Formats: sequence, structure tokens, C-alpha cells
Amino acid sequence: MRPVFVNIGERTNVTGSARFKKLIVEGDFNAALDVARQQVEAGASVIDINMDEGLLDSKQAMVTYLNLLAAEPDIARVPVMIDSSKWEVIEAGLKCVQGKAIVNSISMKAGEAEFIDQATKCLRYGAAVVVMAFDEQGQADTADRKVEICTRAYRILVDQLGFPPEDIIFDPNIFAVATGIDEHNNSAVDFIEATKRIKDALPHARISGGVSNVSFSFRGNEPVRRAIHSVFLYHAINAGMDMGIVNAGDLPVYDDIDAELREAVEDVILNRPKNFSPTERLVDLAPKYKGDKGVAKVVDLKWRDAPVGARLSHALVNGITEFIDADTEEARLQAERPLHVIEGPLMDGMNVVGDLFGAGKMFLPQVVKSARVMKQAVAWLMPFMEAEKLAGGGGPREAAGKILMATVKGDVHDIGKNIVGVVLQCNNYEVIDLGVMVPADRILDEAVAQNVDIVGLSGLITPSLDEMAFVAAEMQRRGMTIPLLIGGATTSKTHTAVKIEPRYSGGSTTYVLDASRAVGVVSGLLSLGERDRLQAETRAEYGRVREQFARGQEVKNRTPIEAARKNRLKLSDARLPEPAFLGTRTFVEYDLADLAAHIDWTPFFQSWELAGRYPAILEDEVVGEAARDLFADAQAMLKKIIDQKWFEARGVIGFWPANSVGDDIVLWADHDHPTELARLHTLRQQMVKAPDKRNVALADFVHPVSHGHDWVGAFAVTAGHGERERVEAFKAAGDDYSAIMASALADRLAEAFAEALHRRVRTEFWPYAPDEPFDVDAMILEQYQGIRPAPGYPAQPDHTEKGVLFKLLDAEKTIGLKLTESYAMYPTAAVSGLYFGHPESHYFGVGKIDRDQVADYADRKGWDLATAERWLSPILAYEPK
Amino acid sequence: MTTARADRIAALKAAAKQRVLILDGSWGVMIQKRGLEEADFRGTRFSDTPGQLKGNNDILCVTRPDIIADLHDQYFAAGADISETNTFSATTIAQDDYHLDTQAVREINLAGARLAREAADRWTVKEPHKPRFAAGSIGPLNKMLSMSSDVNDPGARLVTFDQVYTAYREQVQALHEGGVDLYLIETITDTLNCKAAIKAILDLQDEGYEPLPIWISGTITDRSGRTLSGQTAEAFWNSVKHAKPFAIGFNCALGADLMRPHIAELSRIADTLVAAYPNAGLPNAFGEYDEQPHETAHELHEWAKDGIVNIVGGCCGTTPDHIKHVADEVRGLSPRPIPERPAALRLAGLEPFELA
Repeated sequence: MRPVFVNIGERTNVTGSARFKKLIVEGDFNAALDVARQQVEAGASVIDINMDEGLLDSKQAMVTYLNLLAAEPDIARVPVMIDSSKWEVIEAGLKCVQGKAIVNSISMKAGEAEFIDQATKCLRYGAAVVVMAFDEQGQADTADRKVEICTRAYRILVDQLGFPPEDIIFDPNIFAVATGIDEHNNSAVDFIEATKRIKDALPHARISGGVSNVSFSFRGNEPVRRAIHSVFLYHAINAGMDMGIVNAGDLPVYDDIDAELREAVEDVILNRPKNFSPTERLVDLAPKYKGDKGVAKVVDLKWRDAPVGARLSHALVNGITEFIDADTEEARLQAERPLHVIEGPLMDGMNVVGDLFGAGKMFLPQVVKSARVMKQAVAWLMPFMEAEKLAGGGGPREAAGKILMATVKGDVHDIGKNIVGVVLQCNNYEVIDLGVMVPADRILDEAVAQNVDIVGLSGLITPSLDEMAFVAAEMQRRGMTIPLLIGGATTSKTHTAVKIEPRYSGGSTTYVLDASRAVGVVSGLLSLGERDRLQAETRAEYGRVREQFARGQEVKNRTPIEAARKNRLKLSDARLPEPAFLGTRTFVEYDLADLAAHIDWTPFFQSWELAGRYPAILEDEVVGEAARDLFADAQAMLKKIIDQKWFEARGVIGFWPANSVGDDIVLWADHDHPTELARLHTLRQQMVKAPDKRNVALADFVHPVSHGHDWVGAFAVTAGHGERERVEAFKAAGDDYSAIMASALADRLAEAFAEALHRRVRTEFWPYAPDEPFDVDAMILEQYQGIRPAPGYPAQPDHTEKGVLFKLLDAEKTIGLKLTESYAMYPTAAVSGLYFGHPESHYFGVGKIDRDQVADYADRKGWDLATAERWLSPILAYEPK
Repeated sequence: MTTARADRIAALKAAAKQRVLILDGSWGVMIQKRGLEEADFRGTRFSDTPGQLKGNNDILCVTRPDIIADLHDQYFAAGADISETNTFSATTIAQDDYHLDTQAVREINLAGARLAREAADRWTVKEPHKPRFAAGSIGPLNKMLSMSSDVNDPGARLVTFDQVYTAYREQVQALHEGGVDLYLIETITDTLNCKAAIKAILDLQDEGYEPLPIWISGTITDRSGRTLSGQTAEAFWNSVKHAKPFAIGFNCALGADLMRPHIAELSRIADTLVAAYPNAGLPNAFGEYDEQPHETAHELHEWAKDGIVNIVGGCCGTTPDHIKHVADEVRGLSPRPIPERPAALRLAGLEPFELA
């Protein structure tokens, strides 16, 4: 199994990428950010940023780039490696990153004093550090020198400075091989050997290196260089190399390199002279491979296939500017007037952003970024709107409007207001920002003097609410009529409706939930066509809010839980045989070939976004060919998984005497001596049912105590042991296709495992259907007796019940399957659930439930109401308080 | 040689091993209740300062020390082990809005630290079995280092790291000289601002200032579960761990119910004390906090009982009565044991990265 290897993206390095260098030198930072984005999308978990170029003010370029990068959440989510040979550039970079970065690099080249000084600063800024194997005598070349220097640096850092050893990364220098100079023949071996010795001798320290150096002699022949990198990494990673600066997307998989080339490269890397010179052989061989195409990069541009409106929306939501001009132009050509592009698809996209933001699915920097995309689109449209105006056709764009904003007297909070300002500005509104602590008089004097269209008030602290009401009253007193907007953390629609709006009957007052809504509100209020309608709507709505506020709320449309319980499903008298054993049984190294025969392939195609049922999908007119190719690849990998035991399947099942007690299922240690072993909690349907239909809960599928003995079973299976390592290795090698394939197959094998075991349960372990024929298709269609529902699915939406299950099965200990804090299973290729055997047991959905059941459930679980409401939030039929 | 302060710090650390410590509650609400006028804020010291000073609560350390001392007393009387200096916004950058200069800001910090020091000492003398401590409050700034101030230029910043560093360094120096027992960097909205404060503290230590415990308290702003600058709880911890904080936690923005998952996350990952001082629920439609003292206390009791916190207290909307209820409820419960975490390279962007 290959160890984990961290790719550090190298394309944002002016010394490593001619294209990036050109972009930076020319000041095209937008395109330079796209380079970083592509690297993160391609799987780089850290990005290396280097601005060491003679033509540049490297320090300024580093600061500019890092500050810009901070505004790109999809890039900034990963840590950065600040890479420079100049300390002042590194330090300037450290002053721009809020996360924990890696400094690349420091060394003892100018002596211990400087090394200690720089390392101490890294400690103070909070950064991990790459230490080059470089001392006063020069760069280490042999393995011995590399180990000697790294050991000395380690002792100073750890013993003298208290540097956390896990934050030290050594770069023992990767030098070129096959240079024609004999002393260089052992370069790669020296690195690999040093790596091994350093990892053994210096606890927690890590090894990194710039991989492209090793192939320096083959400049111009990329296929051969990539093969060299791949072979070198294969051996270095096995020796303990943890990370490297490498363009992962470009690397061929070791096994996929042409055998002849691979052997030649391997002889060079490992310095294995035979009866010929490995270097000469590789040099002779190299031209033959020059024409090979590099591995295609995987960047998901599927969204580009969507209609233009959806593309604009995607670009806005994801903050992508790359295609926005072209897309805007396309939309313009389809629209009657350029303005309609803004009011139509662009505003629709911004509303999506607003909704996601309101729902807590996007956060602030992303919204600001979306606004930037919007601005670029509007900028594209501007000349067309001007031309339209000159031509006198259609009339000019409604003057975008002037908005005055202020944080009210007594309040100095203004981040939210600034963001609203920013968002409005990029939608072509003129924003006059009076700043913070602005008294009512000044706000209103300015509003009149500047002839603004709207006044926006912001505040965060409590007393600001009163001040806002005062401003509203003053506007009324002065006889003003322009719209007033209210926003800020403590403000609310209810407060606005109850306390502010009634004071300003001369104009309209609107509460703005957050920055992303601001544009929609402002554009509506300034649109001649919509203003009156909107104001009337808001007025009516606030009237209702006031009434509702006065009245309180509460509406019901669910069956009360007691009534639902009376309408429970009552099992017929059918009796099940006793399980073959009680307690648990564990299976390890379960036969993968047997599981493969149980695979349901339809969801596998769904996971690749190919719609259709297997096997018909293979002959499908549209996706048939893609499906066949995919299926062939899957079969090939499945064979490797089985033959080479990539994954291990482990499962545990158990059976216990049980009875239902109300909506709970109680598991007994023993029917004759009924002490409670565990309790499963189930939820009951509360929808209003037709007279002949029951309000079902899983507990209904087990006989109550009064009806005598009964049993339930439980299971947990995983096929994911070994998956993560395999997937990481594929990713490290840039093979995303195989990584995804491996994950998808592990998932299928886990599902198949659940299916295979369930069949054995029915026929063997709890033999209530001993003569059931083996028929995979029937199995997939669930044409058998009994069910195996899982917590977190419709029949029991409460994920926390997995906790009970796992405890009963001791799943972590027996099969190494863990639950996360939010009750997800790890490894992820896993299935768990309960076994119910009765002929009447069936799958169902609990649906929405009401407060009475939630309170009752909370009691049974020993939770407070809020906890229950949190875990059950997707199925609540009401708004929790 | 140990100083009196070193002895107090040792006592603080010893107390944290034995019980769940109590921090005080909100200052804003308590000051607001006094209904102070411009003249109260201004006093004689700031009679010539231009603009409005009303609302600048920190300045009361100088102009109405009687009120500040009384609030410390009220919170200590309610059972707080630690009370914060009234210096949340006492940096040159935050006070620039009020036209206060470096000297005035220094006076506020010195006065604030002394008032808290004296109050803590009074209570320690009165109740030697329960020593009291003064935490130097270091609040966020209204200018952020990680977020743009101008949409047309996402790289734009209104301040530099060095300016933020200098502002915090001055505050830290004055708080130290005024006699605080520990630093509390709180309500952190931007981790880079916080890192500048950390560097200021660590540098002063390198220069010979007696090391004081550092307590770092971030703010998860909403249901996204992120800080305002976009970090997750774990990324935040990875980014400030180098301060070797005495305590890490969250405060403000959320009530206890919504804050709990984030505290639970810190509890899992942080190998130091975990501290939490939520607001008294979320503000109601009128911006007031309705959560009653027994409700806050009940929630925090659960946390303490579940072993996820070492220090609890209150933020916006909490009062001495809240703190008294909290102190009563958690009394006798064991503090959260500090977990040992395996060594691993842990980095962060907006999200955490771990190489185990």
C-alpha cells in the first residue's frame, strides 16, 4: 500500500511556470488567480507561491497576490506555501495569511544566527517551515551530508527553540540525474536514502522536495520528464517522502508507463549500471517518446454545457470571471435590450446567491466575489446601453440611483454596511457613505442636499434600533418621501414592521435581510414600473407581520401523536423462527468475488451521472457507448481489487430477543430474564391517513411483550478498508478517474455486502425464508421477506440511532468502522441498519412530524427539546422556537 | 525569583485544574443601564476632544472609574473568577473614530487594567479560598486584514499588518503594565488580526516582559459555522495554536444552543483549556436578549456536565444575575480533561489540513 503523499501545486511559481511568470509580470492577476484555482480543482492540497523573478518587485507581487487570493474562498480554503529565497519576501507574505502556512525555505547557509532568527519569526507568525539541507559549506549532495545537516538543524529547532517537530519539513535537495557527469548518477539514490534515514532518526519531521529538478537534463521532452518524475516519486514516496512540489495532473501512473521506458528510467533513478550506461540508454530512447500526449487535465467544465442563463448563474454563484464576458454577450444577443440581461438572468443569479447566503450555504467572501462577477458583466453591457441611448432607441437605462448609507449615531459597526455598499456599487449604484456614528440631522441634511434616492441605515448594537426609529420619525417630520432601508445584525423584519415603519407613513420602509438582498430591494424600489407595487406589498406584508406579532402564531395540520399511535400497524400472528444464534458474529476478509456477484450496477452508473438501468443502459442510444467503456474499466479494476486484495470487507451482524414498547423497541438480554440490554427509538408517521391506512413506525414490526417472543437483528458492513490509501495514491499520481472509480466500486461492494449478508440472514442465520432462491435481480428489486432499514433514511430519519446500533455491534472494535460526531460512518464505503423479518414489515417514510412527537421523542432519548429539534430538523412540521 | 503575578498565574492554572472557571458577563448592557450622558463619557479629561464620545464605553475607565469598579465588584460578587478589563476597543485604530490619540488610548488601558487589578485583589483578600483574576480585554478592530475594503479591488486593505501589530502592541504593553493576569484576545472576526495581536504578545515576551497566559476567543458569526473571515473552527484553531494559548474558545454572535457544536468541535481538537461565553440567546426582534439567567445557566451546566468546557461566562445580554446562576449551576462539576492529540502537521487555509 502506498503511503499518503501531499501534492503541492507548482504552477503558481514564477520560477517553475513560464505562463504564470508572464501573467504576473504583465500584472494580469485575475488570470494568475485562475491558475491557482485550477490547481486546487485538480487536487492540490497546498499551493506553492513563488515570485522570485528579477523583473518583479517580488515582495509587492507576493503581497498583492496573497491579498487577492484571500478574496477567493475556493482557493483560499487550502493552505499556502510561501516560497522565496529572500526572507523579506517570506515575511511580507506571512503578514497576509490568516491560516497556517508553510515557509519555503530557511537554512543554515548564512550561519546559525540567521537561521535561528528566521525560525523564531516563523514560530511567532505561526508557520510550519521547510528547511533546506544547506549549511555554511554549501548544499548537501551525498546522503551522509544531507542527514548530517538536517540532524543539526533539527536539534537547533527542537531543543533550542522549542519548534514543534511536526512542523518541520526537510528538503534534502533533489538534483538532476543523467547529466552525463558520473558524480550525478547517484543523485536520486542519495535523496531516497537520505529520506529514509531522516524519517527514521528525526521523529515527526517530514520530507519534501522540488521534483522537477531530477529530470532537468531532459528539458524539452515532457513525456520522458513526466516518466522520470513518476518513477522517482514511486521510490521516494516508498522511502518516506511526504510531499513534493509537483504538477500532479501531469503525472502518468507508474504502472501505466511503457515497460521499456519505465525500466530505462528506473535504471537511471536507482543508478543500476549493467553492462551498459543507464544514462546513455535513456538518452537514446528518449526521442522515441517525445511525441506522446500528456495526460489530459481534469477540470470540470460541465457547467459550460448549460444554457446561458444557467451559466451566468453558475459563474455568479461560484465567482468565476473567466467566461463572463462571452456569456454576457451571448445573453445580450438573445435579449431585446441589454438592460434585460441585467434584470433577467444576472439578477436571477444574484438572487440564487442571495438565497444560498441567506440559508447559510455561502458565506460572506463568496458573496462579495459574486458581486464582482456581476460588475464585470454589467461593465460588458455598459457600452451597449450607452449606444442604445445615443441612438435614441428604447430609452436609456433607468439612472441607477444614488444611495446614502450611514451607521446611526452611537454605533461604530460598519463591516456589514461596507459590504452592502460594495455590492450596490458593483451594480452601478452611486453610494454615498457617511460612515459611522452619524446623527439623524446629518443623515437627513445630506440626503436632501445630495438629492439621494434612498437612505440606508445600519446598526449592530441594541440601542441603534431606537435611533433608527428616531431617524424614521424625523423623515416623517421633515416631510420626506424617499424610501428608507434598514439593515444590520440586530435589526429584523418584525422590528422594522412594528417599530420603524409606522413612524414613516410619508415614505416606505424596507428591512433588508443581508447584503445579497440589497440589490434586489434597491432596484425594485427605484424601478418606476415596480416601485408602487413593491411598496404596497411591503406595506401590506408589514401590516400582517404586525398583526401576526400581536396575535402570536400556531397552525396545525398533523395527526396528534396519541391518535397516530392508536392507528398503529398491528402485526398478524405470523411467527418467525428463532435466529440461529443470539449476540453478534463478525466476518473479516469476506470473499470479494462473492460480493462482486451481488453488485447492483444501476447506482454505479448514477454515480457517474449516466442515467438508466443496468443492463439496458449498455445498449442505450445516448449514453450506451460511454456506459460500455465505463463498465469495461470498472470490471478491469474490480478484477484488480479482488486479485490484489485492494480492499478488505468486514461485517458484523447480531440478533437479540426484542419487543416493542410503545414506539421503542427494547432489546432483552434474554427472553426469560428480561433485563433491558438496549433500546431502539423509532419515529411514527403523523400525516393524516385514509381510514384503511396506518400511521407506521418501525416499532410496529416487532411484537409487543403481550404477544410473546420476538427478535430483531442489526448489521454493519464495510468494504472501505484500504480504499482511502488507494484513492490518495491515485490522486497523488494525478489519476482522478481511477480514484473516483475506486471509491465508486468500494461503495458498490459495501452495498453488495449488505445485500449478500441479508440473504444469508434470511436463509441461514435467521432462517425465516430458508428456501429462497438466489436471484440477484429479484434481490435488487427487494422481492423478499423482511427489511433492513438504516438510521438516517426515511423510515428512521434520526442519525443518532446509529450510536445505539454501533454500541450493540461494537462495530468500531469488531470491524474498525467508526462514527463521526455527526454520525457519518468511516470508512465511508459502509452500510448499517436493522433487520426486521415479519412478512408485514416494509419500507416507508416517516414524513414530517409535529412538536408533540418531537417532545415525546426528546424525553425518550433523554434530550432537551432543542437537541431533538436540531437532529430532526429536516422532518419538523413546524418552525422550532 | 517569582513575582506576585507569577504566583497569581500559578493559582489560576491550579484553579483551572480543579474546577470550571467562571468569566464575567456583558459590560455593554450594564453600562447602558446607567443611562449615561455625553458629560459622563467626556469628564474633564476629554473636555476638548472633538466629536461625540457618548457610546465610547472604554473611556469610562478614565472618566467614570467608579462605575467600572462597581461592575467588576458586581461580577466578582456574582461568583466570577475572572473579570475582564473594560478595554475591548482600546486600540488606536478602534479609537480613531473618537479622535483619541495614542496617549489617551494608553491611559484607558492602564486605568482599565488597574481597576480590574484592584477589584480582583480586594476580592482575593476577602475570599482567599477563591482567588480572583483580571483578564486584559483585547477586542477586534473595525478594520480587517483578510477582507477587502473595496469591491473593485479585492486586494485593497485599509490597514497593514504592521499598523495592526503596533496598535495591539501598545494595548498589550499598557495592559501588562497596568497589572492584568492574562490576556484575552476576543470576538475575533479576522484571524489575521488576531495573529498580529499574538505576535505582539510573543515579541514583548521575547523582549523581557513577564509571560502571561493568553486566552484566544473567536467568533462564529452565523449558521454557516465559519468566522467572518471564512474559517472553520478547526482551521481557526490550527491558525492560532502557535500562541500556545492557555485557553481557546468562542464568544458572541450566537447563543449557547447554536454555539454548542463549535465548542464541542474545539473540545475534541484543542489540547488546551476550552472556553465559551455565548450571548444570552439571539436578540429578539427588538435587539434585546430575552434569555433568562436560569436558561443560560442550564445550557452551560449541560456543557460542563458533558465535559466540553473549562471556562464559561457570558457575552452580549448577560448580567451579574446570569453569571450568578451559571456559577451556581456549574459548581462542583469537573472541568473538561485536556485531551492528548497525536503529533501531526496541521495547517490551515479557510479549512484545516492535516498530515498525520
